[in-house]
Amino acid sequence: MKRTLRMIALALVVGAFAFWTAAGANRGWTKTRVPKKIADAVTGLEGIQWQDKFVPGVDFLGAALLGAGVLTGVSLFVPAKSKGSKNQSKS
Amino acid sequence: MKTKFTALALATVAGMGLAAPQTFDFKDPKGINNAGFKLDAPLESINGSASGVYGTVTFDPENPGATKGRITVATSSLIVPNPLQRQHMLGDKWLDAAKFPTIVFESKEFKNVQTTGDTTTADVTGTFTLKGVSKELTMPVKLTYLKDKLSERVPNQKGDLLVIRSNFSIKRSDFNINPGQFEDKVSDAIEINLSIAGASPK
Repeated sequence: MKRTLRMIALALVVGAFAFWTAAGANRGWTKTRVPKKIADAVTGLEGIQWQDKFVPGVDFLGAALLGAGVLTGVSLFVPAKSKGSKNQSKS
Repeated sequence: MKTKFTALALATVAGMGLAAPQTFDFKDPKGINNAGFKLDAPLESINGSASGVYGTVTFDPENPGATKGRITVATSSLIVPNPLQRQHMLGDKWLDAAKFPTIVFESKEFKNVQTTGDTTTADVTGTFTLKGVSKELTMPVKLTYLKDKLSERVPNQKGDLLVIRSNFSIKRSDFNINPGQFEDKVSDAIEINLSIAGASPK
């Protein structure tokens, strides 16, 4: 159990970092909309169209690190499986 | 003689018709009109825009200095990329969009008017109302009159277009938006750029 929690914590950090990097390594806040510029040839104006898109930011990484920290912390309080109990169950 | 007089009268009326001020409606069917805004913040600047722009401007191509108008932005149409920031921005502690649903600029006077071809630049003074606080502001403005161009933008509709561009800045503290607070997180100055086109159908 202890080991499982720590593995999940590690997977969370690695997975979050990989996702953040793949999504463009945005060093700002997480975005759920991104602006797309659209030009109007007649007036010469440039409009902005907002598109729904999830772009993880540093707060996303922070949340992943916090989650991993909590899991690691919980793992410290989980009693390790003793070798004795394993042997007893075998016998 | 009578025929000449009638022709002259008609020509005068036609001439007056050409010079008459036109009313341009800024509700944009193409969704291009927008008011962008930018605030400096430590991690990254907050860049957003508002698409809910509407209003009317009366413009006389023969006398651009007499331009008058009122442009309104729907507060709820303000968008920033981060959902939490948007929620805070529209919430009661910042813009209070529920209580103050519009941001309005009403022009009073045009100064330093310079016209070259279709383009007029000027400094416009008017009343800017944000979060229920009205202040007199002067901002540079560029007007571009596009005669008979409406049909190119909106098929089957003849008329003229008026493009308005303006960049100016305000202080949120002047409009009772958390004055003196959170300036380490969000700058007091708000840069605004307006890019809008209005139509005057014939």
